[in-house]
Parts: sequence; structure tokens; C-alpha cells
Amino acid sequence: MDNLQKPLLEVKHLSKRFPIGSGLLSGLSGHVSAVDDISFDIKPGETLGLVGESGCGKSTTGKCLIRLEEPSDGTITFDGKDVGTMNKRELKDFRKEMQFIFQDPYASLNPRMTIDEIVSEPLVIHKVMDSKAERTARVKELLKVVGLNPEHINRYPHEFSGGQRQRIGIARAFALQPRLVICDEPVSALDVSIQAQVLNLLKDLQEEYNTAYLFIAHDLSVVQHISDRVAVMYLGNIVEISDWKSLYQKPHHPYTQSLLSAVPLPDPDIQRARKRIVLEGDPPSPSNPPSGCRFHTRCPIAQEICSQEKPVLKEVGPGHQCACHFAKPYPIKEASIKL
Amino acid sequence: MSQEHLENEYLIYEQERAAMLNNNPSNNGNPLLNQDVEQEIQGPSRTLWGDAWNRLKRNKLAMIAAVYIIFLVLVALTCDLWAPAWLGSPIAIDSGSSAGLSLLPPSAEHPFGTDLLGRDILVRIIYGTRVSLSVGVLAVSISTAIGLVMGALAAYYGGWVDVIVMRLADIFLAFPYILFVIAMLAVIGPGFQNVFIAIGILGWPSIARVFRSAILSVQENDFVSAARALGASDWRIIARHIFPNAVASIVVYATMSIGGAILTESALSFIGMGVTPPTPSWGQMINDGRTYLATAPWIMIAPGLAILTTVLSFTLLGDGLRDALDVKLKDA
Repeated sequence: MDNLQKPLLEVKHLSKRFPIGSGLLSGLSGHVSAVDDISFDIKPGETLGLVGESGCGKSTTGKCLIRLEEPSDGTITFDGKDVGTMNKRELKDFRKEMQFIFQDPYASLNPRMTIDEIVSEPLVIHKVMDSKAERTARVKELLKVVGLNPEHINRYPHEFSGGQRQRIGIARAFALQPRLVICDEPVSALDVSIQAQVLNLLKDLQEEYNTAYLFIAHDLSVVQHISDRVAVMYLGNIVEISDWKSLYQKPHHPYTQSLLSAVPLPDPDIQRARKRIVLEGDPPSPSNPPSGCRFHTRCPIAQEICSQEKPVLKEVGPGHQCACHFAKPYPIKEASIKL
Repeated sequence: MSQEHLENEYLIYEQERAAMLNNNPSNNGNPLLNQDVEQEIQGPSRTLWGDAWNRLKRNKLAMIAAVYIIFLVLVALTCDLWAPAWLGSPIAIDSGSSAGLSLLPPSAEHPFGTDLLGRDILVRIIYGTRVSLSVGVLAVSISTAIGLVMGALAAYYGGWVDVIVMRLADIFLAFPYILFVIAMLAVIGPGFQNVFIAIGILGWPSIARVFRSAILSVQENDFVSAARALGASDWRIIARHIFPNAVASIVVYATMSIGGAILTESALSFIGMGVTPPTPSWGQMINDGRTYLATAPWIMIAPGLAILTTVLSFTLLGDGLRDALDVKLKDA
């Protein structure tokens, strides 16, 4: 039992900064701090949802975890091994364990390869199966699992619809039965009806293979559908992290509360009665983040301390952490309609 | 209309709706989730190159151009077998017997007339095809080979390699191209071999630029990241993912460049820096005809038309290939 509770992935103080301007003569003019000192963990078979608006560093976080981007700072530990210091061979082995599903099903499949070639590529790279026939059999099996017709094995990606292509991407990610899959907004490019199908497929696969997910999204209703725990990001920081029930019922951070107020509710009476919290202005530039709490420029309840001192994540309930000086359930009072 | 009537209408509507929902047992009350909106795909599988061929086939101009180019290639390859027997030697200068043949207008015997030395214009154009096509193909092969390596180095390694290669390309492109070629030929001397070497060596910068930008845009695609996340080696990523997707732009550009190289060779031969006589070349023939433009215009018109149609064909074919190879146009 103790073993089960050990996290599969531990992220500590992860930061990623992108340099701005490195032309021939211009030199370095600054940094974009895309991810700034975030920490979280994921247990085996668990889904952690990561939400936030565009440009808050969700995707960069995902890409750092699988080392598609090199983290600037911090440690990533997967199953007790430090991902950051892995050499080429260790990294290759590690990539069997962690996979990535991309947002855009049109850009993530090579248009010059057949479905067979695309889905069998992980098997070829990691030399899991020696014969072509074995690999083809496995690809057909995978296609069946993700709900595609195995007879379409020799077709090209452009012959499929968006949802079908995303299924192909999922089949590729699951070919090696990874223990953690990073889903980078896997359904945001799809129609709503197809979104539900793909989410259900991801859930089924999780049950079958006990895969853990880091599920990145900007849509709280999508995250709610699939996540065990949810982390809310704002401008490179995690502002609140909790199991989803507690987060949805008792948001402690004003940003979380404003996000939740934007989720449409199925009951029209409640939907009409509650007040939407509309944040003023755009998110500040991550190349020049605000002092103190990064949210204070748009926060309706900000006070003087917020621009001076950066709040840290602190426990506000069992398994519920929030980084706000004024963390309490429904911090923005006038909009605290129960969901 | 009475209130009662409206209420009745509404009730009927509600009943129908309920019946509709209940009739479908697989719905479980949620029609949206279980509905399979995605359709099955029909018809035989099509490869991308097969698709491209189908699109090219429908482009009439490009097909005419392709047929014309194939015709020219066949003529160039086989002309030794039939042309001299039919129209006489393209290079023979026999003033004794050809005295009466000088500057004859087009006739059944000499379809395009004869030049000052009594040589048949048509046979010289036929042999000129050889020079033009081989200069075009060889020069473009050289510049493509250099350009591909340089472009790939610049794009894949980036940083300083990119800066050095691309600034070098800029320097090459800063000189007027034809003057650069003339200067080089002035150093290494004219002649068939030197012409295609000079055109080829000086043509690489634009190919390098095209290939570099093609690689850079392909590299941005998620499928390259996906391959990297799968643990694919650099070599595998270049060979399987980047190259096949970047090569189409090179095929198009190289095809169009052949026309350009043919034009450059003609210009060089026209000013006497190109292929040396007596080997027939279209540019040189136009130069020969310059003096007789008023009295024997056919000497100049025939090679001029040959250059025009050939260069135009390569451009049209390149145009057609560009449309056909564009993956984003995936109709039919």
C-alpha cells in the first residue's frame, strides 16, 4: 500500500526561461519566464489536470517533463530517477515510460507516413518487436483499442478526420504502454461531440493500463471530466492545487474562482443568478512579470501586501494548497454563488 | 389563436420529442455522447505521391509542358541516329558544296531554312537541345547538391553555422548573377563543361535558402516533436520526418531553375562566353542571326522560339508541381 502512494513523477522548483533576442549583433535582451518555480507530483494511475489561460506555461511545463524543452532550473524525478541528468541511453529508455499526446491532430502526424508506419514507429525505435508481421499485428490491435478500423492501416493521415487523427496519436502514445502520458490539450482542437468520445477513450485506456496522466487544458469542464486532482496555473506559477471536488466546491484563490465562474452551468436558473467575475485587462507579459503575487494586477481583492510579497503555496484543507495571501473559500465575496 | 391551442401544440411537441428519445435504446438518455459522428472513409488508399500525380494530371498546361520536355529529352538522346541523315551535319563547313545553300529561307527540304554557312537550322536546333538540356540539368544538379547540404547545415544546426552559411549566401546573391558567371568564365575559360560548372556553383545560394526555410517550417511541426519524444535518433528524424516533407519545395524549385540555367547558358553563348563553336547552341545561333535579321530572320527566330518554349515548359511544369505537391490541398 505504501508503495502505491509513492509518486510516479515528482517535480520540484521547475523553471523554464526563454532568452529574448540572440541575433548576431543584438545580444541578449532579457528572458521570458514561462514557468517559474513550480512543484507538484503525480501518483501512478492518477490524473492531474493542469489548467490556465493561454501563455501561462502549461504546455511548456509538459514539454519540460519529457525533455522536449530543457528545464532552466529544478528537478524532475520519474520513478526515483532524475530526468534532468539522464544521458542519451537513459533518456531513450525513459521515453518508453512517458509519452506525449499533442494538441493539434493535424500537425502531430507526419503526412508522408502511413498509419502503420506512424503507430509502429515507437516499436521500431525501441526494438520491441523484431519482425514486421509482429509489429503490424500490434498496430492493428492498438487501432482496435482506440476505436479505429484496423483495415485502414495503410492509409495516410490526411484521409482521416480530426477525431480519428487524435485517436491515431493516442494509439502511438500507448504503443509502448507508458506509465505516464502527458496530454497537451488533446481535445481542444476537436468538436464538442468528438471531445467527449476522446475523453472517454482516454479514461478507458487509463483503467486498462493504469496509466497516469498529466492533463493540460484551458477548459475546466473538460478537466473536471477526467481529473483526480487539478492544478491551476497563472503566468508560470501554480496558484492552487487540490483534488477536483474540493477545488470546484471551495476555490480558495480569486483566480480559480474567476475561472470557475466562467464555466457554463447546465441549470439555466443558477446560470442566470450567479455573477460572472470578469478579470480586467490581459495577463501581464511573462518577460516582465509583476512584483509580489503575479496575479495582483488583475485581482479584485488585491491589497498592498500582494504587490510586495510573493505568496507561497500553503495548506488550506486536506490535500488542498493555495498560493494567496487571502486564501479562503470563495475569496471574492460578491460572486460567491454555490456551484 | 387561442391560448389553449398553443398549449396543445406544445404538448404534442413534447410527446414527440420524448418518443424520439425513447425509440433509440442505445442512447441512454444522452444522444450526443453515443452518437458516432465520425464517418468511415471510403475508396482505395491513396499515397501522397499518387495524389500529387492525380492533381498534376488535371493541370493541362503542366501536362503539355511535361510532354514537351519528354519530347525534347528524347530528341536530344536519339538525334545522332536520324537527324544528320535527314538534314545533314550540324557542324560541317563545306563551302564548296554549300555555296548555293547559304541563307536559304524555310522550305520542305530545310524546314527552318539555312544559315550563312549553308547548315540546316533545324538540325542545329536539334543538336542545341542537347547542349541546353544537359547544361540545365547538370548545372541545377550541382547547385542543388551544394544548396541541399548548405541549407540543411544552416537549418539543423542553427546558431553560428546558420549565420555563416546564410551570410555567405547573401554575399553570393549580392552580386549580379550573370556578371558573376561571366567573371568566373573569364577565369576558367568558356566551353560546355565550364559553363555548367560556373552556373551550377554560383546557383546554390537560392536553393540553400529555399531548403533551409522548408526544413525550419517542417521542424516546427508537432510530428517532429513527437518523434523526438519517442526517442528517435537525430538521423531518423532528419531522414524519415524532415527530409520527405521538405523535399517537395526543392523538386519545384529545381525544376524551375533548369529553365533559368538554360536561359543563362543562352545568354552566355550569345555574348560568346558560353559553348564554343562549332558546337551548336541556341544563344550562339541567335548571335549568328543578328546580322541578317532583316534579310534572313529565320536564323534568329527559330532558336529564339526554341529557348522560349523550353524555358516556358520548365516554368509551367514547376508551377504545376508546386500545386500538385502541396499537401494542404488535399481535395479529391
